[in-house]
Amino acid sequence: MAELNINERQAGDVTVLDMSGKITIGEGSVALRTAIRRLLEEGKKRILLNLSGVSYIDSSGIGELVSSYTATNNAGGQLKLLNLTQKLQDLLTITKLLTVFDVYDSEAEALNSFK
Amino acid sequence: MTVETTELSLPSRIDTVATAAAAVADFVGRSGIGDDAAFGIDMAVREAVTNAVLHGNRQDEDKTVDITLRSSPDAVEISVHDQGEGFNPEAVPDPTAQENILKTSGRGIFFMRSFMDEVDWLIRPGGGTTVRMLKRR
Repeated sequence: MAELNINERQAGDVTVLDMSGKITIGEGSVALRTAIRRLLEEGKKRILLNLSGVSYIDSSGIGELVSSYTATNNAGGQLKLLNLTQKLQDLLTITKLLTVFDVYDSEAEALNSFK
Repeated sequence: MTVETTELSLPSRIDTVATAAAAVADFVGRSGIGDDAAFGIDMAVREAVTNAVLHGNRQDEDKTVDITLRSSPDAVEISVHDQGEGFNPEAVPDPTAQENILKTSGRGIFFMRSFMDEVDWLIRPGGGTTVRMLKRR
């Protein structure tokens, strides 16, 4: 089984990536990077990362989230986060990244925020 | 409780991070330390081993990452040794400084210091670097 599984679905003009597993150095981080680059190449620039199934993330994974956010912004798009686990929220708090990312607990609210 | 010590010697590859984390999780599980502390130890070990593989040994498979785990009634102590050139931990920029928040790397040592009670480095020029991390019970 892959370290990180990413399922893509479309909700209007927002692409939702339902992610489960680990975003850690190596396979997990690379899978996230590859998915975001592909979406941006396809012109899908409104991206919602559903992280409810992400059980673990390390500094490499945090770096990949930042890289995804920056790449999407640079492409003129928006990348937002949905359903952070408590642990991930704690990590984003201590790194002060919670002030950078747009974070939601409700998918409906998250999707509305893109409008 | 007795003192338990385990030593590991692993190759300088990225997959060593997961191997080391699994071994440490097993060790920490036996040590009877709490879940929150175990999570912090896991984070810190992954970051320390990542640094040893990437920055210390530069993924040179002729070099090993040597890990010593020690559990005592007071604490769990973990040392990670690489055979690299060494570095100045005080010179590593603060990743939470405004100008660094959006950097894509540089948070590993910050996490180690955040999750462990003590973190220090022993650097021997030409003889590698050992990071020693301690989590009190």
